[in-house]
Amino acid sequence: MIMEHLPALQVVIPLLAAPICFLIPSNRLSGLFATLVSWIAFIIAIQLVMTTRDGSELHYSFGGWAPPWGIDYSVDTLNSYVLLIVSGIAAVVFPYSMTSIKREIPASHHRLFFTSMMLCMAGLLGMTITGDAFNLFVLLEISSLSSYTLISLGRDRRALTASFQYLIMGTIGATFILIGVGLLYALTGTLNMADLAVRISSIGESRTLQAAFTFLLVGFGLKLAMFPLHLWLPNAYAYAPSAVSAFIGSTATKVAVYALLRFLFTIFGVEFSFEAMQVHWLLMPLAVIAIMFASLVAVFQDGVKKVLAYSSVAQIGYMLLGISLFNITGLTATLLHLFNHALIKGGLFLTLGAIAYSVGSTSIENVKGLGKAMPYTMAAFVVGSLSLIGVPLTVGFISKWYLILASLEKGYWPLTIIILISSLIAVIYIWRIVESAYFHPRPEGSKAVQEAPLGLLIPVWVLIGSNVYFGVQSKLSIELATIAATSLMGGAN
Amino acid sequence: MGFSPDDLIILALAIPLLSAVGIFLASPWPNIREGVTLAGSLLLFVTVASLLPTVLAGGRPNWELAEMLPGLTLSFTVEPLGMMFAMVAATLWPINSLYSIGYMRTNNEGNQTRFYLFFAVALSSVMGIAFSGNLLTLFVFYEALTLSTYPLVTHAGHAKARDAGRVYLGILISTSIGLLLPAIIWVWHLTGTTDFVAGGILKGHIDGPLLTLLAALFIFGIGKAAVMPIHKWLPAAMVAPTPVSALLHAVAVVKAGVFSVVKVIAYIFGLDILASAPSIDWLLGAACFTVVVASIIALQQDNIKRRLAYSTIGQLSYVVMGALILAPLSLVGASLHIVAHAFGKITLFFAAGAIYTASKKTDVSQLNGIAKRMPITMAAFSIGALSMIALPPVAGFLSKWYLLLGASQTDQYLAMGVIVLSTLLTAGYFVPIIYAAYLKDEDADQKRDHGEAPLLMVVALSLTACGTVLLFFFPEVPLALAQSVGVITP
Repeated sequence: MIMEHLPALQVVIPLLAAPICFLIPSNRLSGLFATLVSWIAFIIAIQLVMTTRDGSELHYSFGGWAPPWGIDYSVDTLNSYVLLIVSGIAAVVFPYSMTSIKREIPASHHRLFFTSMMLCMAGLLGMTITGDAFNLFVLLEISSLSSYTLISLGRDRRALTASFQYLIMGTIGATFILIGVGLLYALTGTLNMADLAVRISSIGESRTLQAAFTFLLVGFGLKLAMFPLHLWLPNAYAYAPSAVSAFIGSTATKVAVYALLRFLFTIFGVEFSFEAMQVHWLLMPLAVIAIMFASLVAVFQDGVKKVLAYSSVAQIGYMLLGISLFNITGLTATLLHLFNHALIKGGLFLTLGAIAYSVGSTSIENVKGLGKAMPYTMAAFVVGSLSLIGVPLTVGFISKWYLILASLEKGYWPLTIIILISSLIAVIYIWRIVESAYFHPRPEGSKAVQEAPLGLLIPVWVLIGSNVYFGVQSKLSIELATIAATSLMGGAN
Repeated sequence: MGFSPDDLIILALAIPLLSAVGIFLASPWPNIREGVTLAGSLLLFVTVASLLPTVLAGGRPNWELAEMLPGLTLSFTVEPLGMMFAMVAATLWPINSLYSIGYMRTNNEGNQTRFYLFFAVALSSVMGIAFSGNLLTLFVFYEALTLSTYPLVTHAGHAKARDAGRVYLGILISTSIGLLLPAIIWVWHLTGTTDFVAGGILKGHIDGPLLTLLAALFIFGIGKAAVMPIHKWLPAAMVAPTPVSALLHAVAVVKAGVFSVVKVIAYIFGLDILASAPSIDWLLGAACFTVVVASIIALQQDNIKRRLAYSTIGQLSYVVMGALILAPLSLVGASLHIVAHAFGKITLFFAAGAIYTASKKTDVSQLNGIAKRMPITMAAFSIGALSMIALPPVAGFLSKWYLLLGASQTDQYLAMGVIVLSTLLTAGYFVPIIYAAYLKDEDADQKRDHGEAPLLMVVALSLTACGTVLLFFFPEVPLALAQSVGVITP
């Protein structure tokens, strides 16, 4: 009975739990409640992955209204895979945030924080699971609005400008998406994705269709921080509270990439997107520039969070590069990197949160000497960094392997070189931080530093540990990514 | 005991790791901690030695750890070359541990737990490299070795150590990720396998200039082999405590490099396909160049450890050269040289560390008359030096003999000339040290009155010096292993 409602419950539970969370009078209970909900969401996602990992699809029609009239939730391997990423990260970040926000956010705002986190999660999960283009826009707005709130909660006053900047850019992006969806509706008279796909394939040359495509591409490009639309990202990640950086940094852009994939491959179809519009020749140079430019900029940042933020822009470049290679291996690489990068950046941002908790700041200057003062936190940072660089036995290596293999399969060896060079630049920007932590004493006059509490260390090591676990036992992620990539590529043939 | 050869592989990988855990747990009690190191190293020696009869009899034990990528497993196979490399490392680890204890305690080095811990992890990586059954496994443990030795290189923690660490990590990581990794993925893309198979796997998949390019990616990508210009990390690594330079940067790490080169040439390319590659002589030329130039640079070094480091660079390229001469006999020579050079060079480093510990002297020019005060150390040093020069009756002679035979077999006159020339150069940078130590009078302004280094260190260097001589008289086991490297067994 409950099994057949799982797709709906995935979104409805956190959505309904959010206001309840706000009504709970105690901060602590509200945090525990949020954690519980995130775990339930994670369990549901695992269930959905189990049922769809053989490539089958689940459908759920809200209120019994059959699609294309009612809102339809459809779950295939790709959806459930992204749901797993989002809810899995949430399940680690929520309990972490109960400790981490104590020193970052005034107690009066704690319930607001949990409520917004829950809404953000509900929005992201909804965007991923929905089979309705307009519904996707609505849920995108839910997640975006709550993330503007969350970023503005950062204790640095610059968080306010960062949040405002993101609000402006995000709203422009959302508007573009809305226009795109509107044009599609005007053209086809439907909002259901499957229905859209069928109708679009029968439309020939159409200026409206091309306009819709472009609006959607730019809109999602803004949300996923595609170069040069990434300007909002570094500040937003750098000044948000640590738990927020970890959650948004490892899920929001991933879901936007998912949505882009859904539109490019499922709705517009391979034929239109790649053959008529030649979108890969747009994505490839942008991806290459993102990879090189953002990596280089990361080298010159003074704050560790900024380093990681720019590195994220470069990593998004990897994902777009995988799409632009336009073969199954490349798409598999993109999907694998969604999963792997969530683990990497989630783990690293959580580590930074632990540092911020104990030291108060995460500038490179303030990280000095932490190798001795916070051995377990810094060890986690080193492992996470190795994964970011792509050292074998970590998930970063798996992504890189597939991406390079895809570029070789296409015979685009200059891309291979670019991927390798950017990995080496990653060594430089990461090792600056590691050296700062291990080869310098604590700055003069700084207070004694204590190792982070277990409430932070356990979530940190869960994510960092899964970097290693899934780096060796990569069967699950590779299998899901391959099935999803094959169905995306094959969907139009 | 009832361990099958396959189980022994697991043990060989696990024992050093478990030792590392034990070392960590025993950190408050230095004597127990060092006990763990010694026990672990002896156990590892016994384990590896018990694999030997199986491999000599033609057995190829193997073990699969996990499927890392679809169709690509972390798997281990023991073949003669790997057996030989593992045996060298496992034999020298216990001796080196004795030496480390003497060195670290006498010199009051800090962070000793970290030192022994990463040492054990490095040894586990070495076992992984030696027994790797495919390129992926080799690469995984190759990187693990780089990373686990980084804290050892930068042990002192001062700015100089940090800078040396940058060079070390920078060169080793950038060559391995930038050149070796794409080469491996390329092989995988071409053949759908990365397994080490006697006779090679590339036949029929690639030819012409691309084949040469792939070989170059491997030879320069395996930065640990220190073929010029990828050699700067080795002198940089000399900032480490001497036991690290001795076991890791004269034996384990650098041998992992040349071992990988030989393994790739014998088991991925195969000698005959590589012989057909155009301009492959250029790679041989790079190795020859390294041999000569490294020796010339060694001549000019006054710091003992730096002179030894450049000597190592030259000697490593002998192995690369031996593999690239592409004759079965030179392959035997290359494989034997891995063993011979290991024993000789570790003796030399042990002696250098003993001299430093007893007298705080680090330069060649300070060694006048030191043999009177440290007779055993200098005797061992002389034996090591003879092995480097390749005179009988020490081990270095054997390997060079086979290298020459192989070179003459394929009419590689350049290689033959280089071997002869570098023998002279090697004599040029070692004989003056021996001469000064034995025949010159001690400088008048001698500040310290000292004798031999602590007993543990003297014992260690005597053992390796004896080993160098014994290898000459009883070369049966390494020779048998070397002769079956790359031989296609049914």
